Amino acid sequence: MSQDGRKVVITGLGVFASTGKDRESFFDNLVNGRSGVRRISLFDPSPLSVQIAAEVPDYNPTDYFPAKRLDLLDRFTQFALIAARETMESSGLEVREEERPRFGVVVGSGMGGVQTFDSGCYSLYARGATRLHPFTIPKVMHNAPASQISMEYNAQGPSFSTSTACSSSGHAIGEALHLIKYGQADMILAGGSDTPITMSMMRSWESVRVLATGNGNPASACRPFSADREGFVMGEGAGILLLEEYGHARARGAKIFAEICGVGMTSDATARAIRLALEEARMRPDEVDYINAHGTGTPLNDLTETEVVKRVFGEHARHVPISSTKSMHGHAMGATGGIELVATVMALERGIIPPTANFTRPDPQCDLDYVPNQAREKPVSAAISNSFAFGGLNAVLMVRRLKADSD
Amino acid sequence: MDVESKVIEIVTREQHLPPGTVKRNSTFTELGIDSLDGVNILFALEEEFKIDIPDAVAQNMKSVAQVVDGLTRVLEGKDISDLVAIAKSGSPAASH
Repeated sequence: MSQDGRKVVITGLGVFASTGKDRESFFDNLVNGRSGVRRISLFDPSPLSVQIAAEVPDYNPTDYFPAKRLDLLDRFTQFALIAARETMESSGLEVREEERPRFGVVVGSGMGGVQTFDSGCYSLYARGATRLHPFTIPKVMHNAPASQISMEYNAQGPSFSTSTACSSSGHAIGEALHLIKYGQADMILAGGSDTPITMSMMRSWESVRVLATGNGNPASACRPFSADREGFVMGEGAGILLLEEYGHARARGAKIFAEICGVGMTSDATARAIRLALEEARMRPDEVDYINAHGTGTPLNDLTETEVVKRVFGEHARHVPISSTKSMHGHAMGATGGIELVATVMALERGIIPPTANFTRPDPQCDLDYVPNQAREKPVSAAISNSFAFGGLNAVLMVRRLKADSD
Repeated sequence: MDVESKVIEIVTREQHLPPGTVKRNSTFTELGIDSLDGVNILFALEEEFKIDIPDAVAQNMKSVAQVVDGLTRVLEGKDISDLVAIAKSGSPAASH
């Protein structure tokens, strides 16, 4: 291993989201500007001022899991497992017995098993229950997805969860990159999962005054970078990628979707997070040809993100396409970075940049190229995906096309 | 319904097993019941019978017969000190 560490590539992609229950339908919907936002069906949202969210539609858990297994799985762990299965299938990876200690799972979540905790608390406080079900803990804990995925695939290497609100996936994938790069593991399933569409979470976010309203027209409620943007839309889902040491991937003839070449992690300094990702990748700002924005659609995020991009990229900021796929799949909290990295890698692989949907008119202060409403065919050789969390914890991931001759 | 039938019904239901699988002489190991399944079954029994099963008695419940015996004695308010003694000497404390 050189001092610089080992090269790490992405060899599997899996996603479960409001805009698609697998990567192909997910990317197809994004490219065609189809929104996953609709009226909440998980509970009666009538008392809420915001009654919309990006829910995974028509989800029936027993289509994916036997009853005995479901007893132990909160919705967020179910989603993580479903996405991880697609990731493994897409990778063609068969882990040999002696490789299991080199195989890990790092999956982030902002909110954990909030659906289970919510209903438990309801029975405790509102209905006078004096005890909670013994599966409450294994279902609620943030590491449930990492645990359950590691059990399903018998991964015996480093496995854990990260929790940094909207950056949970970014930190998970960044940590996975470094675990492989510096020799602690050879293969890691990394990403995030969150299912925070509950009355308690909606009420909590409602009072922060960052949610888009738009009950009358859910699909166009989230309008990142647009002059009339008014907030984000709560989403849910899971996005999991397989990170693999390059030599290992090549030796088994794996399909390589992209190289993951940098991560920048900072507290409160978003520009520096982008610079650190570039630095680790040893790339210049002008070599980046797509930015998958954090792009929540709140007035403040989109303005500051625009300013940060200008600061880091200088003149190149005017030429690099920037899009927010959250305009369609909503803000899936701790899952969002994983979901967006899947979108970013597919954009890079296919040379199609998904648009920022619902863009109505430019904001004079947000004056960059946000790929408004129409997907763009354009070769992408390097891209970054931004995650800027509530609480100021940032993770920026960088991916690029694998150079054929570089070892 | 007698205690044994109810225990068999609950274990069958909580383990999602086919009817007829669980017998009085079945051990938890034979039924694939791990430690977490065990506490789930205890919880279901407590809910069903509206009782508290003391930890010391619970630790000694590793088969359907042991569950039926322990539960019967708890329900009848009988002395369970011998079960407590067995639990303390016999089974190692669960570690976390």
